[in-house]
Amino acid sequence: MASLREIRRRIKSVKNIAQVTQAMQMVAASRMKKAQEQALASRPYAERTFEILHHLADQSKSVKNLHPLLVERPVKNVGILLITADKGLAGAYNSNIIRATMRFNKSTKQPTAYITVGKKGFDLMNRFNNKVIADFVNYLPDRPGLIDIIPIAEMVMDSFLNGVVDEVYLAYTKFVNTVVQTPRVDRLLPFEPSEPFKITIEHESLQKKTLASVYEYEPDPETVLDVVLPRFIRSLVYQAVLESIASEHSARMVAMRNATDNAHELIDTLNLTYNRARQESITKEILDIVGGVEALGKN
Amino acid sequence: MGTIRLDIVTVERELFSDDVDMVVAPGSEGVMGILSNHVPLLTSLNVGELVVHKKGQEDIIFAIGDGFMDVQPCHVTILADVAEQANEINMERAKAAHDKAEKAIASGSLSAGKLRRAEASLKRASLRMKVAEKYGK
Repeated sequence: MASLREIRRRIKSVKNIAQVTQAMQMVAASRMKKAQEQALASRPYAERTFEILHHLADQSKSVKNLHPLLVERPVKNVGILLITADKGLAGAYNSNIIRATMRFNKSTKQPTAYITVGKKGFDLMNRFNNKVIADFVNYLPDRPGLIDIIPIAEMVMDSFLNGVVDEVYLAYTKFVNTVVQTPRVDRLLPFEPSEPFKITIEHESLQKKTLASVYEYEPDPETVLDVVLPRFIRSLVYQAVLESIASEHSARMVAMRNATDNAHELIDTLNLTYNRARQESITKEILDIVGGVEALGKN
Repeated sequence: MGTIRLDIVTVERELFSDDVDMVVAPGSEGVMGILSNHVPLLTSLNVGELVVHKKGQEDIIFAIGDGFMDVQPCHVTILADVAEQANEINMERAKAAHDKAEKAIASGSLSAGKLRRAEASLKRASLRMKVAEKYGK
């Protein structure tokens, strides 16, 4: 049985831990809320852009040849944009998305190159000696704006256009709700405009708007597509980053809440042990005194 | 004259949505005014000012970055990289961004990609300042 002082010291340290994890939980909760709002706010843009793209694809059957970002070619190299967190202590968040990516990697026969966002993914890919063509470590601010995403999206599109990779997949964590986040690996490039796009837009939420069939383009369809398509890809990357951030914070919040709960439980157990030990020592003292008195009385 | 529905959407948020009388937008081929029952049109936009007319109300001015515009007979959607309402523009911030970009370009040590970004932000910041000076309080 540990001494009273030892138990007291342990209670104190566990209380400290609980305080820290609780604070982290609060921080994660407020960040999660903001990230969620941000992710929702950026959805209309992606939806509208998709409508227009879809329409452009309908317009010309030969749209496939209209833009290099749409052209399928024999796949020699696969690229994956892997979005993870810079920091740990977020429960299974980082390991889930990395595991999903590795599983995907195993299923492709072609050599894979990575573009990583976040320190965790970069470190792991390095450790396994995977090829990393670009990394964005400790790069994203708390609330990334479009400005922060542009370099990432451009890097992705450039490596596709330059032929470094022939296909690009987006590995990110979709935010479903506070307790559920699903890691996903979806194809980003070459982009398939005739398919309802599943990365960020729920199929049902796309209203089937009757867009006029005869359109005027200024200056011409090719130029318009050239403007619209990279922006859409950019907004998809942006959306994926925001979803991942919201997932990260909620995963961290849940993990910290569990840690806090566990700490409280531990404190309860320790308190019980402490009280029992205290009572025991009191009983022992009383017994000593009684024994002493009795011994004296006998004399 | 009927009204036309205008939505201004940026990647970060939905900025504006209302029925208006006329939209004047900086199209890539020149400034264009859009009234209701316009021919369906899809166009790219330049960095510039977007003016929204509504009867009986003061014009609303936006500073917008590059983007594109989808015109339907009764619906205009503007999808811009950046858009800000003139009286929301923070003059000091715009000026700070302007000076920073200018300095970065002047230093001459930027890579091609960074230079392009700095030029774009310079263009945007000076547009913001121009719009704010002209219409801001």
